[in-house]
Amino acid sequence: MARAVTPRRKLLLTASAWSVALLIFFPVLWTVLTSFKTEVSAVASPPQLFSADWTLENYAEVWQRSDYPRFFWNSVVLSVGSTLLGLVIAIPAAWSMAFVPGTRTRDLLMWMLSTKMMPAAAVLIPMYLIFQRTGLFDSRLGLVLALMLMNLPVIVWMLYTYFKEIPAEILEAARMDGANLWSEILYVLTPMAVPGIASTVLLNVILAWNEAFWTITLTTTKAAPLSAFIASFSAPQGLFYAKLSAASTMAIAPILILGWFSQKQLVRGLTFGAVK
Amino acid sequence: MATQSSRLAARLTLAPSVIVLFIWMIVPLALTIWFSFRIYRLLSPDRTGWAGFRNYVWFVNSPDFWLAISNTLLLVGGVLAITIVFGVLIALLIDQPVWGQGPLRILVISPFFVMPPVAASIWENLFMHPQNGMLASLALGVGLQPILFLENYPMSSVIFIVSWEWLPFATLILLTALQSLSSEQIEAAEMDGAGALSRFRYIVLPHLTRAITVVILIQTIFLLGIFGEIFTTTQGGPGSASTTLPYMIYKQAVIAKDIGRAAAGGIIAVILANIVAFFLMRSMGKNLDV
Amino acid sequence: MTMTLRALLGASVALTLAGAALAETTITVATVNNGDMIRMQGLMDDFYAKHPDIKVEWVTLEENVLRQNVTADIATNGGQYDVITIGTYEVPIWGKQGWLESLNDLPADYDVDDLIPAIRGGLTVDGNLYASPFYGESSFVNYRKDLAEKAGITIPDAPTWDDIKKAAAAMTDKEAGIYGICLRGKAGWGENMAFLTTMANSYGARWFDENWVPQFDQPEWKAVMTDYVDLLTNYGPPGASNNGYNENLTLALQGKCAMRMDATVSAGALTDPKQSEFADKVGFALAPDAGLGKRANWLWAWSLAIPASSDAKDAAKTFINWATNKDYLALVASKEGWGNVPPGTRISLYENPEYAKLPFAKMTIDSINAADPTHPTVKPVPYVGVQFVAIPEFAGLATTVGEIFSAALAGQKTVDEALAEAQKVAVEEMTAAGYIK
Repeated sequence: MARAVTPRRKLLLTASAWSVALLIFFPVLWTVLTSFKTEVSAVASPPQLFSADWTLENYAEVWQRSDYPRFFWNSVVLSVGSTLLGLVIAIPAAWSMAFVPGTRTRDLLMWMLSTKMMPAAAVLIPMYLIFQRTGLFDSRLGLVLALMLMNLPVIVWMLYTYFKEIPAEILEAARMDGANLWSEILYVLTPMAVPGIASTVLLNVILAWNEAFWTITLTTTKAAPLSAFIASFSAPQGLFYAKLSAASTMAIAPILILGWFSQKQLVRGLTFGAVK
Repeated sequence: MATQSSRLAARLTLAPSVIVLFIWMIVPLALTIWFSFRIYRLLSPDRTGWAGFRNYVWFVNSPDFWLAISNTLLLVGGVLAITIVFGVLIALLIDQPVWGQGPLRILVISPFFVMPPVAASIWENLFMHPQNGMLASLALGVGLQPILFLENYPMSSVIFIVSWEWLPFATLILLTALQSLSSEQIEAAEMDGAGALSRFRYIVLPHLTRAITVVILIQTIFLLGIFGEIFTTTQGGPGSASTTLPYMIYKQAVIAKDIGRAAAGGIIAVILANIVAFFLMRSMGKNLDV
Repeated sequence: MTMTLRALLGASVALTLAGAALAETTITVATVNNGDMIRMQGLMDDFYAKHPDIKVEWVTLEENVLRQNVTADIATNGGQYDVITIGTYEVPIWGKQGWLESLNDLPADYDVDDLIPAIRGGLTVDGNLYASPFYGESSFVNYRKDLAEKAGITIPDAPTWDDIKKAAAAMTDKEAGIYGICLRGKAGWGENMAFLTTMANSYGARWFDENWVPQFDQPEWKAVMTDYVDLLTNYGPPGASNNGYNENLTLALQGKCAMRMDATVSAGALTDPKQSEFADKVGFALAPDAGLGKRANWLWAWSLAIPASSDAKDAAKTFINWATNKDYLALVASKEGWGNVPPGTRISLYENPEYAKLPFAKMTIDSINAADPTHPTVKPVPYVGVQFVAIPEFAGLATTVGEIFSAALAGQKTVDEALAEAQKVAVEEMTAAGYIK
């Protein structure tokens, strides 16, 4: 939609776009700023900006108080692991739906999405029992499986909509050349769908990273990710907003930075088949 | 392409996803159905037995039940309306020729990276708090009384917070769709003398229909289950003013520790969610050529 | 060459053996993220120096999340934790279920007779101590002495509710953002209902009569709710129905609450100049009474217990003994000062002249001693517990009642409507649970 506009109009548009964006971003910015204030300064009213007491103490304390690297690493393992495992299962399924569509493809997709409809709290004890009895409780494998299954419907759907945009003739040509099903999927389809796969990966890493019910409920020490790290910093006695902000900043910074670097990918691929 | 062998291949490739999802769905569901007919209080293990439909009857007769359902629908509807309307407007704005499109997009999507409990806590404590919140200071600064967001407008406050979390998702999808709109089409319309509004109405909006449908579908599924933000901010109150169905279930499972009732509530919620999904698909399914 | 290889092999075998001899027992300790527990985690070097064969893995969580996880674990016999942090509400119920390991056989240096009797009683079922108190608390009044002076009033050490009402009225200055009284309004059995139940105790009201019939339809409860709503509406901060322990503490630290009734354990924060610029102006008083012989103060102890499902009970007992022993109090005092010692568990602490110098020491122990979990009310009741009723159904029921009362505070219901609704809910629940025959 790049069309010629007068500089004045462009300036006006830029100004309004930036104001809106800053307004949306402001709470995140404020959290980061609060994390560098002393506790007393953090809750001062009116809010302090230039007059605030700045300090790095919150980070030092948060760092010293809990094993951040371990939580961080668990977050990485769980979000990346569940997404990759999800891809392995979802790519063949999406291939099937896109290139050998049956009469029930749509029902199947809807059914997959409907597996997400059970309210988490209602299955709290069932899940707890399942994880306990299978020995998956507080194991990375268990959490990777759970997060994978939670996001699988979204992964399948996103991939399916990409694959559908790829002309079936190309795959058929590959088959004529003697490619079997697996090499067709692996060497022909997957490379062509890289933008779609990339944004699927990103979206699911974000969703898995932010999951904050099961990752807290089904872990104790070994597999607990950053959501559990956060849960140890809210609402203790006394003032805690600055420390909570510091912990929050530490928890969201990695995913925020990842998102920032990859936002182009994310935007390119988040079509859900909406692009024609 | 639909040869015998490809049909077989289709079944084989679909099987892993379908099987794991089926297990993932059916085992907890079966346990939940079983529990929903049992007397099962976590802290009174000696009181067990069949409850018949008593758990269901309790849930439906509970004075909060209908309020919770309407609050759930209000939450889903409110967030959808806000995220789509503002999502479209912001996407349109960012899609204009402006300086710094990349950084702009980064700013707009950042709320999506904030963990929901953190987002709720930030809004409650640093913004909406009637004495220490920034909004209260702003109100006092212009000589107004601070608004008691969580006391007087609990549902609207929760909807607002959740909307903030989901706005980036809607904006991103709508923006992606918008960027695929060919500029020739717009220019041609401009040549024909179509005003900005009619260009939006007849060209942009139809182009966005599919993207909007996707946003509605995905967000609805996520929003129907929300309770964490409510727990953090209002605890479903004051009274039960901001109690939703998932929060009611959460209260039974986690606070009252009555697993039977929570399970019955879960089954009711699943049935209602499927009804919502059914109507959603009926009214919008044609927009998705799925 | 062969010689060196052999020597190396020998050495590595020896190392392996040594490693096996030092086989570590790992215990998982679940705890709340309150300041005293966080401090303990910083002092673990002392524990490891004394017990190199035990490794402690911490699970530190916010109170609500901790409760959710620990309850699910214990009720399903999960065995994930070796030491759990629970309160005086859980201990009697869980102990009776056989879910907790008895701590009667802790070593002699634990000195069980040094525990404050009221606290110890709350953690004992049928003669078995099921949890060891880490810190104990009651509730009392804290107020800003400078504001009281300015308003020309004095708050007695043992005030009545009339004193409190007068003081709240006199000190309120809404224009200046000073609120005469801050009380818990946020719904929850451990939030507004903890406070309201103690207030009810002092007004002669009770949750249930001897036959477990709910008493919200009685005039005493009407007096409680009327005064509570009046106090907070007239003199409390706006939005009080969403203020819990933390929100009120923050307001008090900022000097915005002229007076506040809440946990004694917050005294440490209130008198800490790093947290509050009003630290040197804080006064304390006992919780008020209405002349009926019961004060409005509660009794709570965050305590360490061992789930029966733990597979490292001996190591867990060693840890609990270390963390709740007299020596631990001395350790904290030597490292962080007496003000940071976990309060309210041991008689000897309050007999220590160093500790007695703290401005809140005497008030704390007097408040704790004034609470009697076995006779919490003016009229007889069939339950134990001061600010709670030690039955499994209480948490759920009191949270529902708490929501109703919080709606009354927010002005969405009248006091009469709220009480009628609470009575109806309570009767239904108690009937369903089989208490009312």
